[in-house]
Amino acid sequence: MKPQSIFIYILVLACTATSCKKEITEQTANAQALNPANIDAEAGLWKPILLTSATEFAVAAPAATNLPGYNAEINEIKSWQKNMGEQERKLINYWGAGAVLRWNEITRGLVAKYNLPPYQNPDGTYPIPDANNPFNNPQFPFANPPYASRAYAYISAAVYDALIAAWHYKKVYNRAAPYKINTTVNALLPTSDLPSYPSEDATVTGVMVEMLKLFFPTEQAFIQQKATEHKNVRVMAGVNIRSELDAGEALGKQVAQKFITRARGDRAGAAVGTPALWQQLETQMAATGEIPWISQESPKRPPMLPLFGRVRTWLFDSSTMVTTIRPKAPPSTKSEQFKKETEEVLHYSKNATRQEIAIVHFWADGVATATPPGHWNAIAADDFISQRYSEVRWARNMALLNMSLMDAAIACWDAKTFYFNPRPSQVNPAIKTITGLPNFPSYTSGHSTFSGAAATILGHIIPGRKQAYENMAKEASLSRLYGAIHYRSDCEEGLKCGNAIGAYAITRARTDGAE
Amino acid sequence: MKWNKLFLLQLYLCIGITQVSAQTDMDAILMEKNAFCVGPGYSYSSWKNYWEGTKKRENLNLGTVSTQTFAIMGNYGISNKLNALFNIPYVVTKASAGTLKGQQGLQDLSLMLKYRPINQKIGDARLAVFGLIGGSLPMTNYLADFLPLSIGLRSKTAMARLMVDYYYNSKWFATASATYVYRSNIELDRNSYYTDRMVLSNQVEMPNATSFNIRAGYRTQWLIAEAILNNWTTQGGFDITQNNMPFPSNRMNATAVGVNMKYVMKRLPQLSLTGGASNVIAGRNVGQSFNANAAVFYVLDLSKKEKKVNTSNN
Repeated sequence: MKPQSIFIYILVLACTATSCKKEITEQTANAQALNPANIDAEAGLWKPILLTSATEFAVAAPAATNLPGYNAEINEIKSWQKNMGEQERKLINYWGAGAVLRWNEITRGLVAKYNLPPYQNPDGTYPIPDANNPFNNPQFPFANPPYASRAYAYISAAVYDALIAAWHYKKVYNRAAPYKINTTVNALLPTSDLPSYPSEDATVTGVMVEMLKLFFPTEQAFIQQKATEHKNVRVMAGVNIRSELDAGEALGKQVAQKFITRARGDRAGAAVGTPALWQQLETQMAATGEIPWISQESPKRPPMLPLFGRVRTWLFDSSTMVTTIRPKAPPSTKSEQFKKETEEVLHYSKNATRQEIAIVHFWADGVATATPPGHWNAIAADDFISQRYSEVRWARNMALLNMSLMDAAIACWDAKTFYFNPRPSQVNPAIKTITGLPNFPSYTSGHSTFSGAAATILGHIIPGRKQAYENMAKEASLSRLYGAIHYRSDCEEGLKCGNAIGAYAITRARTDGAE
Repeated sequence: MKWNKLFLLQLYLCIGITQVSAQTDMDAILMEKNAFCVGPGYSYSSWKNYWEGTKKRENLNLGTVSTQTFAIMGNYGISNKLNALFNIPYVVTKASAGTLKGQQGLQDLSLMLKYRPINQKIGDARLAVFGLIGGSLPMTNYLADFLPLSIGLRSKTAMARLMVDYYYNSKWFATASATYVYRSNIELDRNSYYTDRMVLSNQVEMPNATSFNIRAGYRTQWLIAEAILNNWTTQGGFDITQNNMPFPSNRMNATAVGVNMKYVMKRLPQLSLTGGASNVIAGRNVGQSFNANAAVFYVLDLSKKEKKVNTSNN
């Protein structure tokens, strides 16, 4: 080799490496400011999920704009704008992209932070996260996929109901935005004809503060800081006065309580089961002659939330789930088909291509991620940004998506516990996995069920992307086979089951008044 | 030829990966002009315990994580003061327990230039100063986001090192070096991940690293025996949280101690054998690994006329 060429190569290498900027631009960092194509002025008439009506919680009339108090509130805007710095502008850009979007992202971040399985006790048992002692070891919650799906669903549904109420009162009081009433106010975010009392942003914040207390109780300091930041942005951007925020926040908090009451009674608290139940699931399946699921972790970990299948659903009732939604039985562990499918898993374990492995990792959404439901929230959010939805439509579409995803979790966990089917690595230890092996039964695939449900409802919401969503769902589903953690039947039946659940969401979407 | 201390970087790197740097980039030895020293090396490293942040623990779902490295290494004398080094490693990882699949493949090509501007005799001793620059590049599209079983981190690196060697009575020596390593961002197969916050990107900002190395012992034309202390400190990064998996941009720190030997065949001085072992004694977000390595080297004279190996390195 020529010394000169080596020298030059190394210099070029060093130069290119050092000139690389390290700062990363995140996917939604520069999302455009929310400027709805349609303000959905009549959204107060849309059908809520839990509220009996948009007027279930009262919002008092705003004080008149010709009283001195109004001017004092305008002065708050001006005092912020007088001392506006780089930091304030950054916050305006961040929150300006939309309340539902940013709080959805914050929620995904919390899920990822708390999506860590508890570490075992010295005696080989596992401690169970305890909502009443959230700061103890293990931390509460363990935001695994069922837990996460439930958090996303309640939060999205509550935000949606609260915004229907907010839109109702906006129309009733018809209070114009501060920059319309006082032309000396600078609007630093897009202006709108939407009445500004009560504030839709603060309504979302009010819901979020309460809902996140329930789902991530140890994060209240962080959440309060975000809420304060968000509300201040609305004032400093000249798009709300303080009393509009106060009214919106109060409304959001009241609506949230209704959802919290439902959550406390939805049987999720009992989903973890008991040692007696865990044993019984194994013994009763073994008694049928089928190979029961056994944890492949060491020490053996109880199955994740085996009674999550009994949690209260959103889009259909529990008898429908058993009679209509529950997938047919998987291939018997004694059958030829089961043997063939296990061999197929072994094939991928040994021969998955780099491209297939990339698919496995793209969709893995395992430990310390926002989970598959969170991934579908990210996919939806990215697309919703370009659709320029109003906040209330954002909320409605997120609610439809997340109710589907939670119902998918419930139906899938019902099947997992009902069929208690072993993982491929259990029946053939030669099957090594290309991603973490989830600690619960195989049939059906959670990823497939989630993805089938999400793709179906999203394809209804944005028809132009229907085929793209279906392709993504199929890829997500097969990623679990490529990763050598699921049989093909798990993936295919999971996808079908998810599609059926998504269809219930479409039925709701067609009648909620938003289309 | 002077050829030893291979695989040094391997000791400190992360929880189960190796990143073999060029073989003799840590020592004060140069090949003479037109001499080309090349050979295969093998290294085995394994750990059972690792540091999750600062907490030491084992993981029954990994058991013992082992890494084998097969490498071809070379060093060419551009001049008596300037050498060029390369290293091409093939890495194989394995976990003794659990279901995760071990990985294997060609890892990172590293190239380095080693220059000696100062070589001063002081009484019975000689003091030499070296400057090194170099870098590494992934040779394949291997999986980085699968720690601790990834074969590497996929980062492109550029590094600069200053090294001082003190050689007494043509027998005893001490060498100290300090290194700064720039590490480029890497790209994952997924488009979001959590460090100490959620990041919505497939790009990972990799913290740079510093390293120091002190080695001392006996050195002649025929035999080198030395003790080594090595430290690798990542400038930034985050800790593995409880029961989480490791991540490429973790704050990976390690201090290792070890010994190395080199033996040159008297009958055939072009041929030398090296061997060494080391152990990580302190760390953060890395495996407490034991490492053993061996290599065989042969010196080719690429000049027209007959040339002797510069064995004195002075």
